[in-house]
Amino acid sequence: MKHRLQFTGKKLVRMALLLLGVSLVTFLLMCASPLDPLQTNVGQVALGSMSPEQVERLEAYWGVDTPPLQRYLGWLGSVLHGDFGTSLLYRQPVLDVIGQRLSNSFLLLAAAWVISGILGLILGVTAGAFRGKLPDKLIRGYCLLISSTPAFWLAILLLLVFSVWLGWLPVGLSVPAGVAADAVTFADRFRHAILPALTLSITGVANIALHTREKMVDALESDYVLFARARGESNASIVLRHGLRNVSLPAITLQFASISEIIGGSVLVEQVFSYPGLGQAAVDAGLGSDLPLLLGITVITSAIVFAGNLIADLLYGVVDPKIRRGAARE
Amino acid sequence: MRLCENEQQKRRDEGGTGRNRKMRIPRVKEPNRRKSTIFFLFAAVLFLAAVTVAGILLEGRAAETDFTRTNLAPGPGCLFGTDWMGRDMFARTLAGLSLSIRIGILTAAVSAVIALLAGTAAAVLGRKADAVISWCIDLVMGIPHILLVMLISIACGRGFTGVVAGVALSHWCSLARVIRGEVIQLCQAPYILVAEKLGASKLQNVRRHMIPHLLPQFLTGLILLFPHAILHEASVTFLGFGLSSEQPAIGVILSESMQYLTTGRWWLALFPGISLALTVLLFAILGERLRLLLDPASIHE
Amino acid sequence: MEPILEIRHMSVFFTQYERGIRKRILPVIRDLTLSVEAGEIVAVVGASGSGKSLLAHGILGILPYNSHMEGTIRYAGESLTPERSAKLRGKEIALIPQGVTYLDPLMKVGDQLRKGNRSEAVRSRIRRALERYGLGAETEALYPFELSGGMARRVLIASAVAEDPRLIIADEPTPGLDARAAERILGHFRELADEGSGVLFITHDLELALTVADRVAVFYAGETIEEASAEDFKEPERLRHPFTKALWRAMPEHGFKPISGAQPYPGAVLAGCPFAGQCSDCLPECKTAEEIPLREIRGGRVRCLHPYGERKKEETI
Repeated sequence: MKHRLQFTGKKLVRMALLLLGVSLVTFLLMCASPLDPLQTNVGQVALGSMSPEQVERLEAYWGVDTPPLQRYLGWLGSVLHGDFGTSLLYRQPVLDVIGQRLSNSFLLLAAAWVISGILGLILGVTAGAFRGKLPDKLIRGYCLLISSTPAFWLAILLLLVFSVWLGWLPVGLSVPAGVAADAVTFADRFRHAILPALTLSITGVANIALHTREKMVDALESDYVLFARARGESNASIVLRHGLRNVSLPAITLQFASISEIIGGSVLVEQVFSYPGLGQAAVDAGLGSDLPLLLGITVITSAIVFAGNLIADLLYGVVDPKIRRGAARE
Repeated sequence: MRLCENEQQKRRDEGGTGRNRKMRIPRVKEPNRRKSTIFFLFAAVLFLAAVTVAGILLEGRAAETDFTRTNLAPGPGCLFGTDWMGRDMFARTLAGLSLSIRIGILTAAVSAVIALLAGTAAAVLGRKADAVISWCIDLVMGIPHILLVMLISIACGRGFTGVVAGVALSHWCSLARVIRGEVIQLCQAPYILVAEKLGASKLQNVRRHMIPHLLPQFLTGLILLFPHAILHEASVTFLGFGLSSEQPAIGVILSESMQYLTTGRWWLALFPGISLALTVLLFAILGERLRLLLDPASIHE
Repeated sequence: MEPILEIRHMSVFFTQYERGIRKRILPVIRDLTLSVEAGEIVAVVGASGSGKSLLAHGILGILPYNSHMEGTIRYAGESLTPERSAKLRGKEIALIPQGVTYLDPLMKVGDQLRKGNRSEAVRSRIRRALERYGLGAETEALYPFELSGGMARRVLIASAVAEDPRLIIADEPTPGLDARAAERILGHFRELADEGSGVLFITHDLELALTVADRVAVFYAGETIEEASAEDFKEPERLRHPFTKALWRAMPEHGFKPISGAQPYPGAVLAGCPFAGQCSDCLPECKTAEEIPLREIRGGRVRCLHPYGERKKEETI
């Protein structure tokens, strides 16, 4: 047990260091940008018609004249107190913006994560079990095709078919336009989330299925499967009892590693569907040089990704008898 | 000798399995997959080269506006239709693909070289360098890909430089890990240790043993980077962090098409997207086939 | 009496791609003939890489997908078709594999031996089989990585015995064990043979094979080159093939003389005797002969143009 705690502690320290690195890199990248936030947001013409005092106030607001290091340390200091600063575009605390956007995106991300995980596992195991035969070829073909298709174009395609052509689903946004917030039902939200979630799931499946297939093929070529076969176990029993069991460990890692990809995909998909989630906020912050918001979003998403990796590592310890029993013995 | 004859007689009775050693090896009837692979490789490379060249030649036509024939649906004369400024979508698509392929090659090559350097350095320069590089890899992998490309592109002021830097600097991680693993394995390989003991210099070892072993890995890694590079370039451009809207990039075309989708101009999005997907698919299959061809582990397949 | 297992002219081929695009068919086992009687232990002795394991897989019908088999196998008097071997394997025909890697690393031993069958009958049968080899009920709750080398070997034997097999195929069941432990394992095989099962014992260790086998088939580059009774090895003059003799001389108590040269890779020899390159008595026709038949001499079989014994006769004439 002590060993496990030590392991977890080490991982947590590493995670904190990585997050620090992420924030520093993001900050430096934003500061290095030659793009002038004033020109981007206020516009050349408006800027020209302003008085010097006004410009100065704006420059202070966008933080143009403070040296980067000082700004970073200031930012870091307040983050440690739980304050991620104020979004320049939304004029709200960054954490509020992120919280609100994340709660919009959550339904989308969670649905896509679960669906692509389960479907990917099923397809991967099936393809591995039927290696070289028709189901394998079909599944591999699908995965190759999907992983070659830009996610945003797939989103456009689905939008064309289901919203424009068939008219079954709404064109965009997360709630019907022009409806008061308290009048929005869960069904409304659900209908608006279907297409974005579908796009994310379709693209997420490919990677998981291909990797699972590879692990399945490895398992089926192993000595223990050979012996199971020699002992008269049926193909079904081999796939379900041995294959699935041995694929489950790498599947955990894969599933949690896919979080990063799903968040990345959501940036594109939300843009296509004008879905007011975290991804769209990231694009807005990037285009509008909203440093505090973009910094906040990057750090929070990275934290989610790292947390996913950590959970995968910890789960591994619970599922893998070598780690579990090995630790119990110490 | 009689026993011997008996044995032969018996064998003939049993259908003569293996009467003659040379004849016992059955003929191969099924088509040779590897030959077809080589053929495919040539065809694919030729096709991609043709698209690239055609796209460069068509760049002028792609920008031509013709307000007498705006918003034409696809048909004879204009295969992919025209847009709201009367530009020929076929020419625009080809020009965009060509641009995508060129950017893809550039970024994939830069990425692969970074991966080679980082991977080898991590493997060779001792534990501290390894820890630092591993940490960097973890860091880069920790930021969702598209977000990182966006950030780097912003740092470089967007545009061509931005997107090239963004894609090139964010795609080296997995290949670097592979190369690191390979080099570590190679450094501990008995035959290299022996060569070192026999007095071969480090450089000689690298040239004679490491490079021949790493090159196939590196090449397939490089080609398998193309699909990602092209897709991310298009994605980032689509979001507005990449190529500027004057350029006929696929990302630009698709992002512009968004405004016209609800008015039923489906062809603006459909054909450029399909073409891009097919191009990427071709690269992906190319890399996959090459991997199978060069990978000794696939010897039985 | 009908032998429990009778293999005639078995060949196993692999489809391979060489460097680049050349495809070829590789014979790994060529023209193998062998029989095992009930109550008998037949050892198949050959260097590693000579295709011995594939013999076991061929009998069980579990060869890999890129291979195919020719020849006939008869089990208990009837032809052993793939369908029949699928029905019999794990029941009448049991495999004892090399070691712990043949157990699913993520499944407890008991679950593995029960093959998913939870009935009380199976449960008690497995428990009895484990007990027979000194393994208590607590073994069932262990994962393979928690077994010691010897324990793993006993678990594997128990897994075979639990099924009450008539034919046991043991594929290198003792590597990594010290001599005493190995002999104990072989003693278990003797017991099983005495109870009426046929045992096919595949090994690279002639010395070990001779401690327990009734007959020995010597395997070289995918062929059986000699089949001799264990008795024959007590008087080397009775051995027939130069390779067998060389093997005998390589045993520690007979001079430890190494065999020079290396066994050819499967498929490398297209004509002549595969051992010709290493044979001290090689004659020109040994390298060119289209075919060297397996023939019976002195109650055993040999695949040699000029086997010892016959050669002597010629010399004396």
